[in-house]
Amino acid sequence: MKLDLAVAQFRPVKADVEASLAEVARVFDRARELENPPHLLVFPETALTGYFLEGGVREHALPAEALVERLDALYSSGTDPGADTPLEVAIGFFELHRDRVYNSALYARLGRDPEILHVHRKVFLPTYGVFQEERFVDAGHSVRAFDTSWGRASMLICEDVFHSLSSTLAALDGAQLIIVPSASPARGFEPGSGAPANVVRWDRVLRTIAEEHGVFVAAVQVLGFEGGKGFPGGSVVFDPRGKAIARAPLWEEALLPVRLDLREISAARVEQPLLSDLERALPGLLLQRRDRSPS
Amino acid sequence: MSLLQEGSSDGRGGSRESDPPGRTGPPDIPDTIHSPDVSSPPSPADASPLAIDTGLVERWLLEFLRSEIGRRRFQRVVVGLSGGVDSSLTATLCARALGAEAVKGFLLPYRTSSRESREHALLLAEHLGIETREIEITAAVDGYVERFEASMSDHRRGNVAARQRMIVLFDQAAKHDALPVGTGNKSERLLGYFTWHADDTPPINPLGDLFKVQVWELAREVGVPESIVEKPASADLIQGQTDEQDLGVSYPEADLILHYLLSGYTPEQLTEFGFDPEKIEVVRGRLEGTHWKRHLPTVPMLSSTTIGEWYLRPVDY
Repeated sequence: MKLDLAVAQFRPVKADVEASLAEVARVFDRARELENPPHLLVFPETALTGYFLEGGVREHALPAEALVERLDALYSSGTDPGADTPLEVAIGFFELHRDRVYNSALYARLGRDPEILHVHRKVFLPTYGVFQEERFVDAGHSVRAFDTSWGRASMLICEDVFHSLSSTLAALDGAQLIIVPSASPARGFEPGSGAPANVVRWDRVLRTIAEEHGVFVAAVQVLGFEGGKGFPGGSVVFDPRGKAIARAPLWEEALLPVRLDLREISAARVEQPLLSDLERALPGLLLQRRDRSPS
Repeated sequence: MSLLQEGSSDGRGGSRESDPPGRTGPPDIPDTIHSPDVSSPPSPADASPLAIDTGLVERWLLEFLRSEIGRRRFQRVVVGLSGGVDSSLTATLCARALGAEAVKGFLLPYRTSSRESREHALLLAEHLGIETREIEITAAVDGYVERFEASMSDHRRGNVAARQRMIVLFDQAAKHDALPVGTGNKSERLLGYFTWHADDTPPINPLGDLFKVQVWELAREVGVPESIVEKPASADLIQGQTDEQDLGVSYPEADLILHYLLSGYTPEQLTEFGFDPEKIEVVRGRLEGTHWKRHLPTVPMLSSTTIGEWYLRPVDY
């Protein structure tokens, strides 16, 4: 099974959902023109508004249902009537859900029987230094994998992925691909890597997840300056052996196509069965059964 | 190979394409293990924590300038040129970001300003190919000073001159439909070594997160004339003054101490690491005594909609 994925490193129009959706529609058009049009198109965190809204989040949050409707209308208006080309999208946005606001990622099918397949609500809300999320949005409480047309995916938003537990839960729940919509502002301009320090750290974290669990990891970064805080991009896809197989340029918008051969997951896990080792050992670890431990 | 130079690639026989087209790069993705893996404790002799990748910083500041100026719907900027390294670097970055024709430099001398300041400002403008105009502020400043406050101290008169310069710069910005660009660096902001609501008033300030030693490093890299980079830093508000005499500590020393204080080290720890306790105290005292200077005016809170306390919207909202 192969999955044609495209990563949209994307610059939202700040605090303007309508204008940002118009940009999303342009990405849909560009995706159609790719040599291998993607089956799954992933956008960054807060793709409809930009990241730093402070108290403005409540003015721009919308329900997932409303978003799917808008995305489907934009996607279908560019499709020939009768053309049978559904598209799956993953996209980050501020979500209004049961009278609360969340930093969420939607996974939906567009174009034919549009449907929400999953909504992930960000669990770990960075509230330190330049980050103030916990002041303005509520936290989600679960990390799950979910079925899609091509296999099983999970979504983790930005800081979620910095806690190794999150990707572990996703992998244990059967994720073959972990999608990571993110917004990481550049900091750390010391000599060495040729990239801001945060970009280098992201690479390290994502690579480790891919190779520990034998999963594909696709991180998609938001782009652009917001009041002096700049998002440099650096979107990247790792294969189940921890090898980078696609990388967007820094500083620029990009639509990055990559074909994932899902058979590589089993190959990587046969080679290094860390996930099944974890499955076997985890219950005992959680119980911490002292009686079995040598004293 | 640097990440900066990379295009996109895949390694799985899929199509290869990026936006804009033609930015395909080699398929070898760099390993990220290239930082030194043993770090040494802080030392007054080790300035490496302040080292910057000048190419990366320049690229980032150009992105910042284009983005912030464009977002505010300006095509042009005005910069006050003092002949010093901060305004020279700022003007250089603006010229690179927008083109020399979009930058107008203003020489705003007072009668006590040094001749060297003027020469260096003109040297820089010629070097960049930017247009300049000289507007002497002596009559405006002395209209107040000589007539009403003739015995004013040099310090007070320096502050009056600094504020007068901003009056001219903002008015010229309005005349030219241009955005005034600030030139303050992180060292002077942290030490409170600037005239409040004067040097710090322009709405964008590209050097505001760079220590003075980093400004020097970047200025050398982008080709600011050496005579400007190498001369002692001076506010030139009083004849013959230099920043380092005023402050009682050199910028390389102050910057390293500031770096460690801001990173959470205590003065006691820094003393243990061999930093001079007197200099630590000078820097700490200025830092702790000037928090007010880095804020907007203090407002008594009466409601739960106080601006900036409860009502929170970002600058680009």
